[in-house]
Amino acid sequence: MTTVVTGVGVAAPNGLGRDAFWAATVAGVGGIGPISRFDPSGYPAQLAGEVPGYEAADHIPSRLMAQTDHMTRLSLTAAQWALADASVDPSALPEFGMGVVTASASGGFEFGHRELEKLWSKGSEHVSAYQSFAWFYAVNTGQISIRHGMRGPTGVLVTEQAGGLDAVAQARRQVRKGVQLVMTGGVDASLCPWGWTAQLANGLLSTGRDPATAFLPFDANASGYVPGEGGAILVLEDEQAAARRGAAVYGVIAGYGATFDPRPGSGRPPGLRRAAEMAVADAGLTPADIDVVFADGAGVAELDRVEAEAITAVFGPRGVPVTAPKTMTGRLYSGGAALDLVSALLSIRHGVIPPTTNIRQPAEGLHLDLVRDVARETPVRAALVLARGYGGFNAAMVVTDERNGR
Amino acid sequence: MTSTSDRRVVITGIGVIAPGGLGTKAFWELLTAGRTATRTLSFFDATPFRSRVAAEADFDPVAEGLSPQEVRRMDRAAQMAVVCTREALADSGFEVADPTRVGVSVGTAVGATMSLEEEYVVVSDGGRKWLTDHRYATPHLYDYLVPSSFAREVAWSVGAEGPATVVSTGCTSGLDSVGHARELIREGSADVMIAGATDAPISPITVACFDAIKATTARNDDPTHASRPFDNSRDGFVLGEGSAMFVLEELEHARRRGAQIYAELVGFASRSNAFHMTGLRPDGREMAEAIRVALADARLPGDAVDYINAHGSGTKQNDRHETAAFKRSLGDHAYRTPVSSIKSMIGHSLGAIGSIEIAASALAIKHGAVPPTANLHERDPECDLDYVPLTAREQQTDVVLSVGSGFGGFQSAMLLARVA
Repeated sequence: MTTVVTGVGVAAPNGLGRDAFWAATVAGVGGIGPISRFDPSGYPAQLAGEVPGYEAADHIPSRLMAQTDHMTRLSLTAAQWALADASVDPSALPEFGMGVVTASASGGFEFGHRELEKLWSKGSEHVSAYQSFAWFYAVNTGQISIRHGMRGPTGVLVTEQAGGLDAVAQARRQVRKGVQLVMTGGVDASLCPWGWTAQLANGLLSTGRDPATAFLPFDANASGYVPGEGGAILVLEDEQAAARRGAAVYGVIAGYGATFDPRPGSGRPPGLRRAAEMAVADAGLTPADIDVVFADGAGVAELDRVEAEAITAVFGPRGVPVTAPKTMTGRLYSGGAALDLVSALLSIRHGVIPPTTNIRQPAEGLHLDLVRDVARETPVRAALVLARGYGGFNAAMVVTDERNGR
Repeated sequence: MTSTSDRRVVITGIGVIAPGGLGTKAFWELLTAGRTATRTLSFFDATPFRSRVAAEADFDPVAEGLSPQEVRRMDRAAQMAVVCTREALADSGFEVADPTRVGVSVGTAVGATMSLEEEYVVVSDGGRKWLTDHRYATPHLYDYLVPSSFAREVAWSVGAEGPATVVSTGCTSGLDSVGHARELIREGSADVMIAGATDAPISPITVACFDAIKATTARNDDPTHASRPFDNSRDGFVLGEGSAMFVLEELEHARRRGAQIYAELVGFASRSNAFHMTGLRPDGREMAEAIRVALADARLPGDAVDYINAHGSGTKQNDRHETAAFKRSLGDHAYRTPVSSIKSMIGHSLGAIGSIEIAASALAIKHGAVPPTANLHERDPECDLDYVPLTAREQQTDVVLSVGSGFGGFQSAMLLARVA
């Protein structure tokens, strides 16, 4: 059975909505800037990718406003756009035939921050009646299912930045088992002081002040990553069901692999290469069939080296175009790989590989054909998306055009 | 269906940390004795709170053999998962030969919520500073921010390099994480999964958030009898903590090494009520659908079920909802099937409880006994099934249905069966 993507909804730091995002991404226009949501001047890292121009009240019913974190609002908006893009009317589909599987990394953290402050500064009676669910990791899946009357299988996976792919893979499993339509992907945000404090603790955030040089994956001056918010929600359907209703198809979720890195000190090789090989094989393809790799792009020298070695091990030195358009958005946690997946699908549709911006001096010894500065026009029939979650999670997914699909 | 769906998945090792008992043996003794482990909350001064009862585990990570650095690095929930993993591994006798064929699936509803709150209090200086001061944070704070760290800790403790994930679907997490692991073995992505769930939510913010919606009991003057599922006098659940982890293996993999087999995971399904983030429809439709699909997955008729391990949280809404769901899915057989809630004894440990209840279900099959519902003296007239009041019952138990229901509208059903 073939699982296809028939709709996408995007909320990204360099564009709200699919078209704004793609126009910016192909043009190399970034959305990283100084944090505006709170005063970052007391923190060593002060840049982030904030979703621009999002007025929640324009998108979210008023009754949901009090009970939703910023990231849930973004995810509800992206989900609505994805359904509209797929021309699906959920009320016309069987209620148990629609599922929701999303990824989360840190839940509705800003909502949680406000409630923690109320509890500790004012007392327990001031804590919101919505705190019990508004911050937790399952909230986006729950809210999307409720809003659209989707009563089929649900799921929530947490593997930090790898989650965007793991959720889509789980959604594909459900489609293969006969669920007609599954909403999936990831949207994250924890751009509040408490979330920022927690992110700083991983020691990987860039302290750069210039948006053009702060996040430089595969560059000799890589010095950490810039976090962002947002992500993407996708509509997955069985290919035949999609064809029956005449849906336009972005592409096929053709292959997937997931691994975990060996524990430190084991002397065993990291797992990213294996995940990539599994995904390509699962798609029924060989590395030569892959037209572009969307890299995880950690922006940390050692992690970049591990990824570059995995890519060259599979494809050979400079054996495949590689890009990391997340230089324009920052790393979006569970939203990051979901957004990359959308970029890969749009690359297939439009025959263009978006660039990795801002790279001036590629790190030595990486042997990557990095698509730099400007987009590369070329037919794309199959793309490999790589994602890694903090701590050792590796995921890889192959998307293809319909012709390549199994 | 994938071509590998004839692969069967069995439980070969169990590790449990629950209130009132560390380790699987103590846990089962507590359940079959019908003893309750709920008590006055002791982890912090709960005087200002509406609900001051909790089911706390007497868990000491140092006594359980974690190193000082492991203790510092891990939230209590991760500590419990790692200790349970060790017990499950020892119990199963499984030793990792090919790490790439071993995966991890850990359920949790609220992640590192205790450590997060402790850190918040420091970096905000007791809630005084909105701009939290990162210089006061522990270097492990990021591991608390992203609960995926729990899967990492379990993977490290085992040496697993297959697919690893945290499953976080609120209070069905512990069923869904095991369901996910089963799926990965069936499709061939792994031969062995270290799977289960953990939660350590007994912190002020959790107590406050359930206070705000009156979901937890206010029976503060009688803490040992505060968790009263299906009883007419119940008034909410008792917040608990704990973990259960399993070694799950593909059946032939287990047989080849001569492993003991507790039970097979024969069917699983989850559905969503798409109704309300915390509310349930009284008719139990979606849970009934999950049960029906799990039975179909198991290729079993409803009347094969010998025992139902209920969600039984002890809220009026839940008890009526699932009673309706059992009747809707099993028909008259629901009236002939013993149904019990171990939450009456060990409280509701949110995401962990689903796995702890799978452990109880597997042990019911192994020992031929079903645990009781403690504190059940006068049935809610709307709840008219056999809830096994007060005393455990010896009975041949071959097929168990374990269900869960959670915020977000999630409904899950797992079926376990004796392997002949």
